[in-house]
Amino acid sequence: MIGAAAQVVLIGVGSPFLVGLMRQVRARLEGRAGAGIAQPMRDLRKLLRKEPIAPHGTGWLFRAAPLVLAATALVVAAVGPFATTDSPLDPAADLFAVTALLALGTVALALGGLDTGTAFGGMGASREMTVMALVEPTILLAVFALSIRVGSTNLGQIAASVAEDPLSVISPVSLLAAVALIIVTVAETGRIPVDNPATHLELTMIHEAMVLEYAGPDLALIEWASAMRLTVLLGLFAGLFTPWGITLALPLALAVFALKVAVLGALLAAAEVFMAKLRLFRVPELLAGSFLLALLAVAASFFLERA
Amino acid sequence: MSDVHVQLLDLACGAFLLTGVLILWRSELAKIVTLFALQGVALAALIAVLGAHEGSAELAAVAVGIGALRAGVLPYLLRRALAASGERRETKPIVNVASSLVAAAVLALLAYAVCQPVIRLAPTPATQAVPVAMTVIFLGFFVLATRRRALSQVVGFLLIDNGITAMAFLTAGGLSPVVEIGVSLDVLLAVLVLQVLTTRMRAAFGGTDLDELRELRD
Repeated sequence: MIGAAAQVVLIGVGSPFLVGLMRQVRARLEGRAGAGIAQPMRDLRKLLRKEPIAPHGTGWLFRAAPLVLAATALVVAAVGPFATTDSPLDPAADLFAVTALLALGTVALALGGLDTGTAFGGMGASREMTVMALVEPTILLAVFALSIRVGSTNLGQIAASVAEDPLSVISPVSLLAAVALIIVTVAETGRIPVDNPATHLELTMIHEAMVLEYAGPDLALIEWASAMRLTVLLGLFAGLFTPWGITLALPLALAVFALKVAVLGALLAAAEVFMAKLRLFRVPELLAGSFLLALLAVAASFFLERA
Repeated sequence: MSDVHVQLLDLACGAFLLTGVLILWRSELAKIVTLFALQGVALAALIAVLGAHEGSAELAAVAVGIGALRAGVLPYLLRRALAASGERRETKPIVNVASSLVAAAVLALLAYAVCQPVIRLAPTPATQAVPVAMTVIFLGFFVLATRRRALSQVVGFLLIDNGITAMAFLTAGGLSPVVEIGVSLDVLLAVLVLQVLTTRMRAAFGGTDLDELRELRD
């Protein structure tokens, strides 16, 4: 119980700093000074102080979407195998429940984007759904491949079993699933090469197009929830493939978790510097590839690991 | 087989399969050749693991030979052909990349299905990896059937051969070295002939698009 609460607090407070860290890494690698890792936190504070404004003609969907997005991210933060493997909401720590929660948040935001009735909102929503249609099955399959060895789809149990036997990570199943999960994480969090989080160019944006009409506290909520989703997905990756330290005492486990996510985030940001954004029409190609890898991971786990 | 051997074998098989899939995925011809060389390394590693398990010097020698041929000589020849042709990309495959990846998924499942009787004959870790070899053979056929550039076709042909070699070693611990050398020379010769053919095609059509080869001549 305490572990889950500590996870939520750490992810809630730490995720803007993760985003700041990633921006700072990018800035330094590109030869800029950067705004410091606390900048997203300052942005959030500024946005929260502004008055809430909603465009004319928008309904309750528009207002509910940020709340749903943030709520689903918080629940996932509570149940995931980040710093502790036993969660008070054990049924929700299931692979399918977590994927469904993430999908619910995405759908809510897409509906919010559609509700504004503007061209950009609809365009962003349609693009987000295109990406999501391939991303969600890939997450399911990739983690499912890992769960076959354990015999349970409970994320905590998967992480615990890997923590007991760290060498089991070095298998084709884990490798294929890891590659698939990396691609999916990049797509789901809207980063290069799928989407560019720093652009407002109508030809390319996906996530930014949906949230274009949001302002003030609503926008702050969305930014915060997006940062949490990024943290949660990176944390899920760390928890499933490198769950060292998850069995330690809670404060230590939290520190190890923060360190792992920070390293992963920095690596991701560093990799982004060397990549160009993919053309939108080639994104399904990338995602179909990651889906194939996840499927092969499932197949391999059935046929190679039976011995 | 000891645990370490099984894990190493599985790892080599995983790399073998992954490179096969990536060959289907990438469209730059230079990347395809690099991936093919990596697959040669994975194949050599696979044979070396089997050899280390059986403690056979013969298999180790075969592994070195196959590694040299498939990760060294053949990629070198392909690169030379590529540099001469001046083509960079597989521009228009008959089936687009996203669909061919989905088709690859179906082919993988098919391979797993048809290999079940073979695995049931002697369920060892090595035979359980047979579907991987079968998948690579299928992928090779698929590349042969859907790609247009002569170079991708050659790589498709070599994928099939890689798959067959892997299959032989996984099921029967390899063929006798004489047969193995014969097959390897055969492959080398085929690649050389195809290289000459590619040069001739470029001289005749200014490109290596196989769709140009429609007219019969005497």
